[in-house]
Amino acid sequence: MRVRRLAAWTALPLAVTLGLAACGSGGDGGSGGSGSDTVSIQIAEPQHLVPTNTTETAGNQVISGLFSPLVDYDAQNKPVEVAAESVTSTDNKVWTIKLKDGFTFHNGEKVKSDNYINAWNYGAYAPNGQGGSYFFEKIAGYEDLQGKQPKAKTLSGLKKLDDLTFQVTLGAPYIDFKTMLGYNAFYPLPDAAFSAPGVLKADYEQAPIGQGPFKMKGTWQHDSKIDIERYDAYPLDKPKSKNIEFRIYQQLTAAYADLLADNLDVLPTIPTENLSTAQTDLGDRYQTSPMSSFQFLAFPTFDKDFANPDVRKAISMAIDRDEITKSIFKNSQAPARSFVSPVLPGYRENTAGAAGEFNPTEAKKLYQAAGGPAKIVISYNGDGGHKDWVDATANQLKANLGVEVVGSAEPKFADLLNKVEKKQPVGMFRLGWVMDYPSMEDYLGPLYTTNGSSNYYGYSNPDFDRLVKEGSAAATQDEAIKKYQQAEDILAKDMPVIPLRFGENVFGHSSKVKNVEMDLFQRVNLVKVEAAS
Amino acid sequence: MFRYILRRLLQMVLAFLGTTLIVYALMFAGQGDPIQALAGERPVTEAQRAYLTEKYHLDATGIGGFFYRYFDYVRSLLQGDLGQSLTGRQIGDILQQAWPVTVKLALIALAVAVIFGVTAGVIAGIRRAGIFDNSTLVLTLLVLGIPTIVLAPLAQYFLGVKWQLFPPTAGAEPNFYALLLPGIVLGSLSLATALRLTRTSVAENLRADYVRTARSKGLVKRRIVSVHVLRNSLIPVVTFLGVELGNLMSGAIITEGVFNIPGVGFNLFRGIRTEDGPLVVGIVSVLVVVYLVSNLLVDVLYAVLDPRIRYE
Repeated sequence: MRVRRLAAWTALPLAVTLGLAACGSGGDGGSGGSGSDTVSIQIAEPQHLVPTNTTETAGNQVISGLFSPLVDYDAQNKPVEVAAESVTSTDNKVWTIKLKDGFTFHNGEKVKSDNYINAWNYGAYAPNGQGGSYFFEKIAGYEDLQGKQPKAKTLSGLKKLDDLTFQVTLGAPYIDFKTMLGYNAFYPLPDAAFSAPGVLKADYEQAPIGQGPFKMKGTWQHDSKIDIERYDAYPLDKPKSKNIEFRIYQQLTAAYADLLADNLDVLPTIPTENLSTAQTDLGDRYQTSPMSSFQFLAFPTFDKDFANPDVRKAISMAIDRDEITKSIFKNSQAPARSFVSPVLPGYRENTAGAAGEFNPTEAKKLYQAAGGPAKIVISYNGDGGHKDWVDATANQLKANLGVEVVGSAEPKFADLLNKVEKKQPVGMFRLGWVMDYPSMEDYLGPLYTTNGSSNYYGYSNPDFDRLVKEGSAAATQDEAIKKYQQAEDILAKDMPVIPLRFGENVFGHSSKVKNVEMDLFQRVNLVKVEAAS
Repeated sequence: MFRYILRRLLQMVLAFLGTTLIVYALMFAGQGDPIQALAGERPVTEAQRAYLTEKYHLDATGIGGFFYRYFDYVRSLLQGDLGQSLTGRQIGDILQQAWPVTVKLALIALAVAVIFGVTAGVIAGIRRAGIFDNSTLVLTLLVLGIPTIVLAPLAQYFLGVKWQLFPPTAGAEPNFYALLLPGIVLGSLSLATALRLTRTSVAENLRADYVRTARSKGLVKRRIVSVHVLRNSLIPVVTFLGVELGNLMSGAIITEGVFNIPGVGFNLFRGIRTEDGPLVVGIVSVLVVVYLVSNLLVDVLYAVLDPRIRYE
């Protein structure tokens, strides 16, 4: 009696639950596996999909499928024409860009030189607040488009020659302009994107129309996914996969779980938490490829403790880079002993020279002779997963230099920058850099010149500035690289930053896809990836 | 009763305005540099900084700036406009997308807690000190001891990846089955508490005078338990579950992150991380309404469960 009563008590809720579950399982399978002609790729929620406003990886990945760049990079990372027929200049100041015939936008419009001119003018015009506007600052007339009430609405340096040719006049000769054109800010926009001249339609980025190998399928499903499909009228290499689904994840670890269950096809970044097991989990589906990121420690110039270059060199020599990349990063990053990334034309190994070699005895001797501080602080932003390696570095310095070293976390990157700008004592601090286009200038200029956009540490050396300037104004690439390398040699002498690590793409894919390749910009090659059937 | 509910609803308006003010003030005070937070580690161009500063009145600082921005916010709020997030999305749209999936998740979690927690609690209460009672005690202690941040990835790894019983993540438009595992994980904590509460309450009431009376007048035991004991034992449980519904909706940050559900918890986390004041205030305002309404429901339910309780 008693048992039956209890059975009834438990049976009822169980039946209800099972019934509910049965209702649910009739659904569409939700996030279940993708069909054979669809490849799913993890991205974060993009901030913007307007080419001139896209500066982060997720947005860049999506529009790299929707648009075709003027130039792309070959195996040596030299620019090769894609949507452009030719990009030429006699003096590196006036450039003539001739477009390939046969490109159309996804709405059928023929691609004309006006589409480029309009898009670039829109991007450069300050009141539009485009994140990529600084790419146009080398074009003549850029200053007139800045400020609250700009003097002009269009760049004076852009001139249409005919429907497929236009001329770009720069403010000063720039050897790497052609290389720069590979960045996504230089994509064209169709007439349909504008509601009036210079006014972008508010909903354009919900379903961007481009001229690339893929077109939008539906609209941007915020926080959920972006679907794109093959564009049949694309004149160049046709994509192997018919559909691509960019699936939006908030956390890489969630995407990693889906990858293990074959629910997701490509994960461009294996989360740090899973690095130690990923190789066993994925086998040969765990892959690495070069990319451009560069991690370093910077010395604030306003801090007298670090004013002597010998102190900086000694600290650099006391860090065992190999040990940290091995034990903390599981070799997913490579030790850095130069000031520019190895992916660049003009890169040389070990430009930091002796200062880049691990040598604790010499380091201690040099440190004491130069009168280094008795206490070193290493500041970092606590939201970026930097604690482990900063602590390891601090321990190495403590052991090898015999001084007190502590890591100090700021909540966010902005807080760290804020303190540096106010010249508060932060000690050494960590920074990272990812290039926009493969040129040594894209490292040397922003990071080390006096007015560099990311030179937060206030390094300034007139000789260095001059060499970089001469390099970018050089007549040939070889000459430019020679100047850039001379500039890099100055960095080795001054040691304004300590190079620590170069990054790599560490990615994985499911058993359902093949030919997964990633480029220097952390983007999956969408044309090559295909379903393995 | 009607007058009571009306009075409570009027109080809600005041509470709602008060919380928006407090939350807005907190976000305002804690604000560092939202533009840099948005750009990550990239340098922000002057043009973009100027554009965003003007668009979101980020240059209005200090006490005066606070009231200027707060009243600006309230003014558009009264017109039904929740404002824009820093990436230019309408916050109203974000909430519209986020709420349904979070509500579904919370209801599943609540259902799990009620169905399993209350049922097991009643059984444990009736068979006090038996094997069932003791084993549930150990199990609930275990569940209460494991934080969601451990439980969720473990459940995902074993049930989703290893044995493939459930999809490992749910995504933005999940079906019931995909939400079941996150729902169970989210509900497990409330389940344990509901179970303990019900068990104690049932065990206590079984020894109450009115139960003895009912038994001596010859009522069937099933009727005693299901009508007399259960109804009286549910009062503390209902209180707990009412408050818990609000918690389940706002407290799903970890679960939503692990199972990739772009609901309220995730958006709240994103808003805080990117220092997106309007987004956080918008979400919290709606959460406050949820709390207030569920509290009112609990109070009304008291009267239903216990006729001695009356509202004027």
